[in-house]
Amino acid sequence: MTRAAVKVLLLWLLAMIAGVAWITQARFTADMSFFLPADPSPQQEVLVGQMKDGAVSRLLMLGIEGGDEASRARASMALRQALIDGGHFLSVQNGEVEGLQAERDFLLRYRYHLSPAVAPQRFTSEGLRESIDKTIGVVSSPVGYLFKPYLLQDPTGEMIEILSRLHPGSEPETRQGVWMSRDGQRALLLTQTRASGADTDGQEQAMEAARAAFAGLQTDPALRGLSLTMSGPGLFAVKARESIRSEISRISLMSSIGIGLLLLWIYRSPKAMAFGLLPVTAGTVAAIVAVDLVFGTVHGITIGFGAALIGESVDYAIYFFVQSGRVGIQAWRESFWPTIRLGVMTSIAGFGALLFAGFPGLAQLGVYALAGIITAALVTRFVLPAVAGEGVRVAPTGPLAHTTLRWLDHAWRLRWPMLVLAFVALAYLVQQRDTLWGRDLSALSTVTDEEAQVDARLRADIGAPDARYMVLVSAPGREAALEAAEEASRRLDGLVASGDMAGYDSPTRFLPSEQVQRQRLDSLPPAQAMRAELQRALEGAPLSASRLEPFLQAVEAARHSPLLQRSDLDGTAMALAVDSLMSQSGDQWSIVLPLRPTVLDDGQPSDIDGARVRQALDGTSAVFIDLKAEFESLYADYLGQAIALSLAGVALITLMLAFTLRSLRRLVRMMLPLFMTVVLLMAGLHLGGSSINMLHLVGLLMVVAVGSNYTLFFDTMDEDGGLAPDVWSSMTVAVVTTLIGFGALAVSHVPVLRSIGGVVAPGVVIVLVLAAAFITPRRVSDR
Amino acid sequence: MNFRGFLVLLWAVVSVTAQAAAFDIDQLMSDLAQHKGGKARFVETRTMALLDRPLQSSGEMRYLPPDRLEKRTVEPFAETVVLDKDTLSVERDRRRMTIQVASRPEAQAFVESVRSTLSGNRRSLEKHYRLELQGARQDWSLVLLPVDTAVAALIKRITVTGQGNQVRRIEYLQADGDRSELSIEPIAE
Repeated sequence: MTRAAVKVLLLWLLAMIAGVAWITQARFTADMSFFLPADPSPQQEVLVGQMKDGAVSRLLMLGIEGGDEASRARASMALRQALIDGGHFLSVQNGEVEGLQAERDFLLRYRYHLSPAVAPQRFTSEGLRESIDKTIGVVSSPVGYLFKPYLLQDPTGEMIEILSRLHPGSEPETRQGVWMSRDGQRALLLTQTRASGADTDGQEQAMEAARAAFAGLQTDPALRGLSLTMSGPGLFAVKARESIRSEISRISLMSSIGIGLLLLWIYRSPKAMAFGLLPVTAGTVAAIVAVDLVFGTVHGITIGFGAALIGESVDYAIYFFVQSGRVGIQAWRESFWPTIRLGVMTSIAGFGALLFAGFPGLAQLGVYALAGIITAALVTRFVLPAVAGEGVRVAPTGPLAHTTLRWLDHAWRLRWPMLVLAFVALAYLVQQRDTLWGRDLSALSTVTDEEAQVDARLRADIGAPDARYMVLVSAPGREAALEAAEEASRRLDGLVASGDMAGYDSPTRFLPSEQVQRQRLDSLPPAQAMRAELQRALEGAPLSASRLEPFLQAVEAARHSPLLQRSDLDGTAMALAVDSLMSQSGDQWSIVLPLRPTVLDDGQPSDIDGARVRQALDGTSAVFIDLKAEFESLYADYLGQAIALSLAGVALITLMLAFTLRSLRRLVRMMLPLFMTVVLLMAGLHLGGSSINMLHLVGLLMVVAVGSNYTLFFDTMDEDGGLAPDVWSSMTVAVVTTLIGFGALAVSHVPVLRSIGGVVAPGVVIVLVLAAAFITPRRVSDR
Repeated sequence: MNFRGFLVLLWAVVSVTAQAAAFDIDQLMSDLAQHKGGKARFVETRTMALLDRPLQSSGEMRYLPPDRLEKRTVEPFAETVVLDKDTLSVERDRRRMTIQVASRPEAQAFVESVRSTLSGNRRSLEKHYRLELQGARQDWSLVLLPVDTAVAALIKRITVTGQGNQVRRIEYLQADGDRSELSIEPIAE
């Protein structure tokens, strides 16, 4: 090896070390950030915030099955205690009444701040008599024991007023003191993790803690037959990450081994093989560094895609070794490099378009592919010749290449059948144009049907919100936002009364605006007047005023008490209930009011009529949001944008080719196979039952970019007077390596990766066949 | 009288006494199960330590065997409580509240004390209570003692008294000493 070669190799090595050092510091994620808008509108920002760390994102539902009812109930109680002690959960509810001690104390203490019934009229003698009679009615009823201990402090029943608004009949059934499913077969627990939904590590720890706690219970022989099921957004995130991780290693392994064996067979030289890995390694490292530099995080899906891209970037080295073996390095630079360079440029044009995508996942894939391909090509051009020199020789092209090369002479026979097929496919696409594009993001979700069923069942059992509908208010400052939420609540009360929805949640139930708190406290009469009113109110009543000294003291204390602050909620479940519905960005505060749809007789929630809600909110700044519709429209926007960008990429490729070829005939000849491939792939996808999504689109772009390389090589054959065996051999190897890389992707369990692989793997074969058919000239006589 | 004759006589005496004592819980339950349902006037008296005097309310009850029971209070304020299968709904002040009885053990125990007694369902009663029967068929008194400790922490004893298949009075003695007494006067339809 020459000194220059060693120098270049050292430089490459240094760059790799620097790159790897950078990568060890990079942040890798596998959460839903791949799918969430990168540059959200203020409204979307709140949605994203809810998805990432809102109350709903922290929800983890647990079900205990098996054994008998008594053991399930006992396990539920023990598990709840273990989870509370473990510290990974902010709240663990299983229906046990004593679970709410801190909350009951809080409500009792701040009842005059919180009760919506507190108004001046309520503390006149008539108002007092009415409310006290009512409370006595409740307390003397068979279930009145819950309120009996508070009668003398709270005879007007403010606690009852607050509580009766919280859970309008949506709680699960209680058996043996804990929540059970309707069929009694599952004990249910509803928890909120301390970790936010976006903190996948924290979510994983919480789930591990729950599993460990449950396993701990099973040391008791009576509880051994029980099993634990869990579901929730965090669980899905953890599972998605697990499957992405295992997929990355699987795909990397499959493509490395497959491609490695193939290369060893082609090169038959470990030295060539080692040099051949230089561009790929450099490309992979550069791509990860570039993504991290641009986005600050690298998504697992991008890495998985990168593992398949190895099959593509390894091609440059193949071209170099196989082709330069025949003509020498200098000649290779002059005759082959321009073709490869043009291929690289078309790939850049294609993937460059993705950089402008609003869908963050697409932009990452674009950056990764760009950086990877450019680096691999540059290393092939400038590093490989320097280090490998003329010294590396690969084995001459074998008989297989010669045999297959002879088939090319007959490729033209495929022209008419393929044209007819493509025409039929095109007609099919035109006819199906309305159902062609998938609008549903869930097609890309890693959640399996079975997991979705478990989730839906637990959700229905527990009555947990699926957070589809919400009302959003925003205002400068927290107080203004709370006031806006109170105004929206008043409007929503009307819809609850008319049965349009079952109810709604609001942070103002536990943290009213200062204005409302002051109004309530101001309506409490001063001690003397209060005493007189009470005396008059209770004349002839079964409860004598003389017993109500605690009540008078409580009212007087409330009059002079400070307003309820957010910090007063600390240590209760209400703190989270409030925080998770509020978010702040700059001075702007946003509050989310989740709406609860009415549950129909079959246990399914009914739809909420958006028009009715908007009408009720008319004149306020509150906005009604149907999350499902919102995401569908967001996704449709992205899809539209991705289609436009892909078309722009294709246009750019066409332009570049037109500029280089300067011949309409050659341009058409080169573009026709690409166009037909895209049409056939799209029709095939749709016939196969999947509507076309954004990731399919990335795959199509990939096929066009890779395919243009093949067509460019075929295009060189006119001047060569037939395709050189070396060129043909390097092309077929390139197709097979790409097929291996993206084939591994096509059998992936991660839908995003499967979408790309499922297009590229068959795509490269089709494009090769079509390019052969349309570019190879028709020959009358055999060679 | 020979010894054999003595045995026959003894057997006869024993079986006669056995028949006289045959008014047991099963007999009562089968009597109650015969009840065809109907309307009754009720007066409910609640005595609470917190209150200076007992609260009295009255109205009409209606029983449709085996699992629908309506209780409409007229005095002193209107309230309707309807138990239909496992759903207990309370309507007062134009506000309606529905409870799934099975979801609250104490509510379930309470409901069964009325429902299972009226329908003569011994199995269901014994799931929640230990039963003690006193008196004769035409004047009986059935005492229900809660089995479950959680329920026993609330209710000390329920005493149901009646004549034949007609329940006349249900008395609840709560653990804290407060009492509630429901007297029932059937009215012909």
